[in-house]
Amino acid sequence: MIKLLEHIGRYLIMLGGMFSKPENARVYWKELIHQCSEIGIGSVGIVVTISVFLGAVTTVQTAYQLISPLVQKSVIAQIIRDSTFLELSPTVVCIVLAGVVGSKIASELGNMRVSEQIDALEIMGINTKTYLILPKIVASFVVIPCLIVISMFLSIWGGYLAGTLSGIMSEQQFTQGLLKEFIPFNLTFGLIKAFTFAFIISSISAYFGYNVRGGALEIGRASTTSVVVSCVLILFADYGLAALLL
Amino acid sequence: MIEISGISKSFGDKVVLDDISCNMESGKVNLIIGSSGSGKTVLIKCIVGLVQADQGEIKYDGVDFVNMEDKDRKELRTKIGMLFQGSALFDSLTVEQNVMFPLDMFTKKSVTEKMHRVNEVLDRVNLKDTNKKFPAELSGGMKKRVALARAIVLNPKYLFCDEPNSGLDPQTSLVIDRLIIEITKEYNITTIMNTHDMNTVMESGDHIVYLYKGKKQWEGSNQDIIYNKDPYLNDFIFASEFLREAKNTRMKHRDTAEK
Repeated sequence: MIKLLEHIGRYLIMLGGMFSKPENARVYWKELIHQCSEIGIGSVGIVVTISVFLGAVTTVQTAYQLISPLVQKSVIAQIIRDSTFLELSPTVVCIVLAGVVGSKIASELGNMRVSEQIDALEIMGINTKTYLILPKIVASFVVIPCLIVISMFLSIWGGYLAGTLSGIMSEQQFTQGLLKEFIPFNLTFGLIKAFTFAFIISSISAYFGYNVRGGALEIGRASTTSVVVSCVLILFADYGLAALLL
Repeated sequence: MIEISGISKSFGDKVVLDDISCNMESGKVNLIIGSSGSGKTVLIKCIVGLVQADQGEIKYDGVDFVNMEDKDRKELRTKIGMLFQGSALFDSLTVEQNVMFPLDMFTKKSVTEKMHRVNEVLDRVNLKDTNKKFPAELSGGMKKRVALARAIVLNPKYLFCDEPNSGLDPQTSLVIDRLIIEITKEYNITTIMNTHDMNTVMESGDHIVYLYKGKKQWEGSNQDIIYNKDPYLNDFIFASEFLREAKNTRMKHRDTAEK
């Protein structure tokens, strides 16, 4: 319990320490763009693959469960739309991103710590929390919600492909279901989740990476711990947001 | 000049530094020597502020560093260059970008001016045709020279070197030592080097502080060290039979000359 409180305290101090005036705004801007590219482009492939298959599998499994002739086929599209916006895209994709992005941030910072690169920056008079952590968190804030929007689109497209190509329903039935009783807040809720999870992924992995002590073994441990803690916190936040906002 | 007075540091129950006091002069290579675990690295980290000392004072040219405001400390740090044991080069940047990094961060020079300065310091450390290479493509000695170029690119007033010879062959070590000596004299820098390389001690030790179990055991120059009578220092410096014989021969020569 004391160790948990110590971690929380150090995490909050780290977050507080990030906010200082940049030594040179141009260098920080360059670093932010670099991080956006690293986090965004590096994750596009996996997000596209997961999203298309999430939609496709949801379509097939929903159709398998809806055996009653009284239920319209278009309901399948409705279920895909709402489950994609509310849960599948934000939560499942962010859990995967916790592995892809989170482990990358933790190992990058851990390696910099162990090889004294962070000390070298400190000696130069650079606030390493502002220079190394803040751009990663801001980049995640910008890029991860964009990835989630792409994922939502692709998941529905995957559902459409699976539904129409396998003959589960027609194109018209799918479109009809997609537009039926659409609640715009569901999309907003999905994006609120995306922002929250983006913060959890980037800040938690930065915390574990930045505070690595030791060598290669500890970098690996920090990377694994950051993924596990991020996933658990994403699930807690997922429930918390659902209970609060829905 | 850096004045260190009464520096102590403990980690838990373990006392790592116990009341260390000494003055590190400008234009001289000041060495901190001692066996592994004697507190050399912790002392150097306390001096640069990477580790907070439990008590004591550190003054950079008369200005108190320990109780300095963060803003002033940041400004002072732009006058500090440090060469790390493992070089601490940024893996994702080329040699040129590594050396240019402090210029990008702290100056408003044009790209041409910055390139000119980068080439100047890389020439100074005898590195040519390596500008576009990444640290992973360099040898240990080359990495140290790039790190030295990065440390001096902003014309620092204080240069810290944490075991600059570790992992290098004797000849390359000597090249690095001589470079550090030349740069120290040329720019009148206060250089503090932490080492347990005996070639470095004899080659560049204008002022030497010997630490033993966290305490300052001896202080002097590389000329004094041969004739010192401290048993701990003698055990450390003249550890091998060969060096003990060399010391005895030198002592005999001196005694004969005095008679």
